[in-house]
Amino acid sequence: MENEMIVGIGGAAGDGGASTGDNLAQTCSRLGLHVYVYTSYQSLIRGGHSWIRLRISPQKKHNVGDQVGAMIALNQDAMDRHLQELTHGGICVYNGDKVKPGKAPEGAQLCPLPVFELAGKDALPIMQNTVALGALTQLLGLEFSALSSVFEHTFAKKPQVVKLNVDAAKAGYDFAAKTYKQIPHPLRKTDAQLAMVHGNNVLAMGAANAGCKVYCAYPMSPASGILHWMGAHGPSLGICVRQVEDEIGVANMTIGAGQMGVRAMCATSGGGFALMTEAIGMAGIMETPVVMINVMRGGPSTGLPTKHEQGDLNQAIGASQGDFPRIIMAPISVADCYDTMEEAFNLAEKYQCPVIVLSDLLMSEGRFSIETSHLDREFKIDRGEMIFEDDGKPKSYYRYKDTPDGISPRAIPGVPNHLYVSATDEHDEDGVLISDVFTDPVIRKKMVDKRARKMQGVVADYAKKLKLEGPENADVTLVTYGSTWGVATEAVERLNKEGVKANALSFKYLLPFQEKEAQAILGKAKKIVVVELNKSGQFARHLRAEAGITAHAHIRKYDGEPMEPKHVVAGVKEVLKGKEVVEVQSLEPGWRTPHPPGPGVLSTTSTH
Amino acid sequence: MATATLPARDAKLYKPEVPPDWCPGCGDYGVLTVLQRACGELGIPNERLMVISGIGCSSNLPGFFRSYGMHSLHGRSLPVATGAKMANHEMTVIACGGDGDGYGIGQGHFIHAMRRNVNLTYIVMDNEIYGLTTGQTSPTSESGMKTKSTPFGNPEGQLNPIALALAAGCGFVGRGFSGDINHLKSLYTQAIQYPGFALIDVFSPCVTFNKQNTFGWFKERVYKLEDKGHDATNWNAAMDRSKEWGAQIPIGLFYKNPNPKPSIDAADPALQGEGLAKAKKLGLTVEQRKKLIQEYV
Repeated sequence: MENEMIVGIGGAAGDGGASTGDNLAQTCSRLGLHVYVYTSYQSLIRGGHSWIRLRISPQKKHNVGDQVGAMIALNQDAMDRHLQELTHGGICVYNGDKVKPGKAPEGAQLCPLPVFELAGKDALPIMQNTVALGALTQLLGLEFSALSSVFEHTFAKKPQVVKLNVDAAKAGYDFAAKTYKQIPHPLRKTDAQLAMVHGNNVLAMGAANAGCKVYCAYPMSPASGILHWMGAHGPSLGICVRQVEDEIGVANMTIGAGQMGVRAMCATSGGGFALMTEAIGMAGIMETPVVMINVMRGGPSTGLPTKHEQGDLNQAIGASQGDFPRIIMAPISVADCYDTMEEAFNLAEKYQCPVIVLSDLLMSEGRFSIETSHLDREFKIDRGEMIFEDDGKPKSYYRYKDTPDGISPRAIPGVPNHLYVSATDEHDEDGVLISDVFTDPVIRKKMVDKRARKMQGVVADYAKKLKLEGPENADVTLVTYGSTWGVATEAVERLNKEGVKANALSFKYLLPFQEKEAQAILGKAKKIVVVELNKSGQFARHLRAEAGITAHAHIRKYDGEPMEPKHVVAGVKEVLKGKEVVEVQSLEPGWRTPHPPGPGVLSTTSTH
Repeated sequence: MATATLPARDAKLYKPEVPPDWCPGCGDYGVLTVLQRACGELGIPNERLMVISGIGCSSNLPGFFRSYGMHSLHGRSLPVATGAKMANHEMTVIACGGDGDGYGIGQGHFIHAMRRNVNLTYIVMDNEIYGLTTGQTSPTSESGMKTKSTPFGNPEGQLNPIALALAAGCGFVGRGFSGDINHLKSLYTQAIQYPGFALIDVFSPCVTFNKQNTFGWFKERVYKLEDKGHDATNWNAAMDRSKEWGAQIPIGLFYKNPNPKPSIDAADPALQGEGLAKAKKLGLTVEQRKKLIQEYV
């Protein structure tokens, strides 16, 4: 752990923990240190308990990690809940005037701060956070100037507020320097040029960079961040943003815009996505390009609105009645969220179909450092076969012309001499309905075939090919989809260090599936272990259905918290002992449950 | 919209090769014919028109009208039409459908589209029955009406779409009767030219499944608001007239906001130039990207 530090900040909602975490993250990012932030919070506006974890490292990390090395306890509750999670040599910073210390684990350092003395008796209660942050900055070995520059940036229009915060932070910094011991391996800055972003920021900015012109949404956690970004930036970027009365309206409005010839997008979470499903079928049969994001959270129904899960794959595959082609992709990291937007819009327009993007709470609401160069890139725009102008030649234009690749050139409404009506009823090449005729099996089959045929070219167009990470000829191959890549790739490193030869294969594209590539790679795997965050093994079933590959074992988690590398490492060890299904669980104390006892990671291990 | 200044065109130009397949005598024939004449009178080129329907007998209309069109989902014509208008506000967008489509399954969108004030015309072919599903009660069916789903009489109340539209902030509220074509045409041309959401509820009798509210039934009862000196700029007067049902049923223009606020599309900062769908260069500029990245460093 020499090259990294995981910091936990605990407090009640409204205590200012979030902004303390933001300020620390921004400070680190300005020093070129990579940050990965995940917040466990309650669906409350004030009160409750929230626990922010920041993984800070000179190297890029792709998951939240699993050892807390330093913490700030903003209240007694945070002290009581989390002190025991500190690693050997860890530090706990808190307001000594208000919070009573707990029993620190062996080798951990308790660092009470005399906040009244340091910030002054008249200081607002929130200043305890700033004092603590200043102290932590010192104890982690971070440069104070980076922290003060963050205050200057945040409160650019309020110089007095900047001074108050800088003074309080400096008092904490100086007190810590003379009173406590710095961590053994202080964090040192790097030359990396980083930005701190939420996954939702990246999805939204990616959509804008891909030329999205109409964005519709109904507020729903954890997707609302995209709406907020669009609401703030849409007017200046020429993006029309509508908050709609429900997700049925959202999906239909987005499709109406896509049909009219703009790049259009909507986003929601599983419950909203359920309301959108009939419209997805409309986009399928009308062949309307549209991008729909489902930011997955714990389900079913209202489920766990503020918790992480990968449980909506079945929903995405089965969304809407009937049998029609769609593209489904799940970005594997926050950087990939950006690239995914480029690809999603291009594929939607080229293949004239709905593209469903499965993000999740971990990526969308987590905060991450990302190289500014990654964001500062012009996207390739491929709009497929479109007709923007009439060439003046006499013609009979068929919107749904049956072509060898199934793709019919799309005239945007407004172009003379290309009139057509797009219907949700089955129709012929010219758009005329066949639903009301006596019967027409020939046309029906022709049109179903035409739409299905479009998908033949998609897999070859995917930007990323399947690739094993880690040594070849491994004894264990971890298989994931979406953001779980981040934890599997680190587990592979740790397993190999511990003498278990392991590698990993991650899937981003879920439909159409990279069947042949998957078979070529996994056909040689000795032990396939699917790692995913749901109970029933949705991706394992998908792999079996699409590629005929049955996994040998499974590591699953569905307790609401993200998977950590230690869960996967321990899970693999169980698998090597012969277990087929290993269910893992986080060790955080719950609302009604105490801290799970013992050092064990596995709460349940079952054999099927 | 500059449509009013265009030279008039022949209504036949809006007739496609495919003839309507409604039941002989259906009220929807009148609605379609009048729409073709109104668009001709306003001289709107076919490719500048986008006609969007939901599902139901009346929602087949776009297939019988020569323009761009969408025959969308049951109850969803208004969100689809709103999206279309946002994507290209230079097009004339007309939404249409039946009472089940708009006042039943699509009721939520109906209220919010009026509140949102999208510049489009919404024609509801109101026959007080579900026709395509072969005769069940609709939200505008009268209480006590016997239908297949209410063989002992409709136990529920009847929706008043005119009062609802007025309450929801609709700036143009009219009602026509497909048995009076010239009167209806005037409502259409005014509605299409109105710079905001315009509702026209049209009595369009179902000759097959509604044996109660027939052409004859309406003919005996309807009277024209303009013949009674109704002031269509007076919202309260419009609300009073909207309550009339029974022996005397008003048709005509109930309300036209004399000082309409700009419609949502006219006010949207992103829609001040040409239609978004016409943009040739997509994506962020270098400067836009740099500025956005600065927010995160």
